[in-house]
Amino acid sequence: MCGVMSASPSPRLAAEALSARPPGAGWVLLALALAVLVALPVLMVAANLAAPTEGVWSHLAETVLGAYVANSLWLMLGVGLGVTIGGVGTAWLVTMCRFPFSRSLEWALLLPMAMPAYVVAYTYTGVLDYAGPVQSALRALFGWSSARDYWFPEVRSLGGAIWVMSMVLYPYVYMMARAAFLEQSVCVLEAARTLGRSPWRAFTQVALPLARPAVVAGVALALMETLNDFGTVHYFAVDTFTTGIYRTWLGLGQPAAAAQLGAVLMLFVLSLVLAERMSRGAGRFHHTTGRYRRLPQLELKGGKAAAALAFSAMPLALGFLLPGSMLAAWVIQDAALSGLGELAGNSLILAGVAGATAVAVALPLAYAQRLRPSPLVKGCVRLASLGYAVPGSVIAVGIMVPLTALDRLMGGLFLTGTVVALTYAYLVRFLAVSVNAVESSLGKITPSMEAAARTLGAGLGKTLRRVHIPMMRTSLLSAALLVFVDVMKELPATLLMRPFNFDTLATRTFTLASDERLADAAAPALAIVLAGLLPVMLLSRAIARSRPGGEE
Amino acid sequence: MNTMGTDGLIIDAVSHDYGGKDVVREVSLRVGPGELVCLLGPSGCGKTTTLRIAAGLEAPRKGRVFLDGRLVSGDGTHVPPEHRHVGFLFQDYALFPHLDVLGNVEFGLDRLARPARRERALAVLEQVGMTAYAGAWPHQLSGGQQQRVALARALAPHPRLMLLDEPFSGLDKRLRDQVRDETLHVLKTSGVSTLMVTHDPEEAMFMADRIAVMRAGRVVQMGEPAELYSRPADAFVASTFGEINMLAARVAGGAVETAVGRFAAPGLAESQAAGVLIRPEGVSLTPAADGEAVVLVSHHLGRSSLVHLRVEKDGMAPQHLHARLPGTLCPAEGARVRLAVDPAQAFVFPANGEGG
Repeated sequence: MCGVMSASPSPRLAAEALSARPPGAGWVLLALALAVLVALPVLMVAANLAAPTEGVWSHLAETVLGAYVANSLWLMLGVGLGVTIGGVGTAWLVTMCRFPFSRSLEWALLLPMAMPAYVVAYTYTGVLDYAGPVQSALRALFGWSSARDYWFPEVRSLGGAIWVMSMVLYPYVYMMARAAFLEQSVCVLEAARTLGRSPWRAFTQVALPLARPAVVAGVALALMETLNDFGTVHYFAVDTFTTGIYRTWLGLGQPAAAAQLGAVLMLFVLSLVLAERMSRGAGRFHHTTGRYRRLPQLELKGGKAAAALAFSAMPLALGFLLPGSMLAAWVIQDAALSGLGELAGNSLILAGVAGATAVAVALPLAYAQRLRPSPLVKGCVRLASLGYAVPGSVIAVGIMVPLTALDRLMGGLFLTGTVVALTYAYLVRFLAVSVNAVESSLGKITPSMEAAARTLGAGLGKTLRRVHIPMMRTSLLSAALLVFVDVMKELPATLLMRPFNFDTLATRTFTLASDERLADAAAPALAIVLAGLLPVMLLSRAIARSRPGGEE
Repeated sequence: MNTMGTDGLIIDAVSHDYGGKDVVREVSLRVGPGELVCLLGPSGCGKTTTLRIAAGLEAPRKGRVFLDGRLVSGDGTHVPPEHRHVGFLFQDYALFPHLDVLGNVEFGLDRLARPARRERALAVLEQVGMTAYAGAWPHQLSGGQQQRVALARALAPHPRLMLLDEPFSGLDKRLRDQVRDETLHVLKTSGVSTLMVTHDPEEAMFMADRIAVMRAGRVVQMGEPAELYSRPADAFVASTFGEINMLAARVAGGAVETAVGRFAAPGLAESQAAGVLIRPEGVSLTPAADGEAVVLVSHHLGRSSLVHLRVEKDGMAPQHLHARLPGTLCPAEGARVRLAVDPAQAFVFPANGEGG
């Protein structure tokens, strides 16, 4: 019209017309490449199931394998039971009932998530073992002189491990169950009421069955963490797969056999993933009406209120307050802070780099999936998310075995034991966290946004850069933060793969505790816990906001 | 004034499917330079898909699309939307929430130098009367204001073609009439060729130079609004542009006999079943004690009145018929009236045909 447009787009149009490449093909290729890179270590371990190991495997099978399987199963059973009771019970109480502090408990019950299980294990040992304050006080009170005079439960045992892990892992179940209760349409419950159910029976017969898939998903997550745990079981001398992998590799120097142990462990995990997927599949048909209102709450009085408060406050006290204050007390007493700065620096750099990398890799994966939601791309994204279910020790094996071979070929230590290899391990292990976050925040952007950007002349890459990324900035940051904190806490992969003489907060906590220097371990442990509080705060804010139907 | 090409948009025998389900079948249409064409049809008729194909947001399975004489889709070619130079106005406006009004309008102008970009953005904002809101954020704007900003954003880079997807459906009735009027003027002054999608026939007639009526993925009829109204190609098109009375009849001697009179049936075979469609506004009434119809209900609707009639004719089943009378002329209920039907408002189509 008025000749303001300087350049006519016609030559470009003609040139572009020559290429009939389907749109977004480059992004699909990139996603494919990234998915293969991330899934490679897991596939390496799986491939090891068939590899020959010259008798080491049969030796393992004859000697320790039975104990590993038995201990892992008992641990899973115990923790599964513990987190179900603790998680569903507390979620039920704070969602359905009103009693003193119930509103504060809604978010406070998430706090134990900030505690790595191994840290809690150390503090419990410090509190409850023979030299600890509890037994000393008992001896002073009753005049006992030695351990032979009385019986006291042994903390460093399978039962102790179950206890400790239940205390820090129940929030997974709590979170899922609570979200499920809140998402349920109040209409469903009211329908049950009009059909003659009391509030209590409406809950048990309608709300609870509806929440079942969410509960199963939460338990599956908690059990994955249980199988991943190394610090607790190692310290409590409970032989499970993770300690077995560690010992077989570093103690016996048999990486191939370690990889086979890892492969067996992955079978355990696989069954958990399948259980979770199946329950999620059923969960899709949840909501039949769109009317949400806060669930009617039962006002609890007197003894009932006290019992409810005691039950809900117990995991918070035992999983967070007690170990947290114990750590704080040790730090104040000893204040052995020397070297903490370097440790924190190492942890921060590793976690920061891993967080940024995880988001940078998750973005093209999620974007390719949005551009082309084909089975191939969706499969790629799932494949790249596989690592979250796989224990850190298994991933370490899956990376180190090929890297060691590669280094041997090149005649030197180029990759093994470097920060690069370690970051790769973190990426494999925690990519799913950032992929989920990026996926869901990308899903909230209406497709007409990119259609608008494209008709206004922006290509796919530019649309991502100028429209999607600015719109998702907060979600990307919180995705990076989630990975950051997971990496801060991560122990098994870091222990196996860290460069020589390189320590992080987590590894130093572990080595100090292994040397029975529990009080010295308190400072790095407390630093990890404090960092872990950040995402918990994010989560509880999100939970407070996700309350359908507003405040009342 | 308008120097942008000579031949606008040509869609040539385009077909498309989603996962094996045909949504657009052999659609051909043309939007001439400066012309405003409406795609009109019920939801799911493929009109939005046709629009997205024109934008390049979908690659059609078959057929070709030309923009200003250049092939942009088909024959193994697909020019992506960012190189087509079209403006798209979305149903939900799709304003970028992280950019302010000016930033939104400038988004498509980044090939211009900064001062020129600003100048052009402010000029289009002026055109839609939103200059005062240049620094506002999308969430601070009302629906009508968002629509205007979206229009300015789409128009800013001087598109060869404007594509509008139900652009007024998010607005309430009163605001809609006003925004529609303004949009029409903005589009006509900028002289841009426009293809617009709507399901509202009144809106289509208000906006369009020509209308393409779509049904089940096909263009059933295309023409000027008056032509579609007075010479509908079939019962579906006739009923699209307003309520219709439908009477069943059989062809005898080149015509059909109904309770309300005899209508010529050109092109229909002898003794073929036929449907007679009569617009309520084509029925006029005169009070008469021996009239063939009884007034059942009579409602005053503002500018017109709607009268429900029962027509009784010897040897025929009683018929229910609506008549729309201008003004406040309301016959009393129970009164007997004589009918007259304007032949220009009555259409005879084969029965079992499309529509009915």
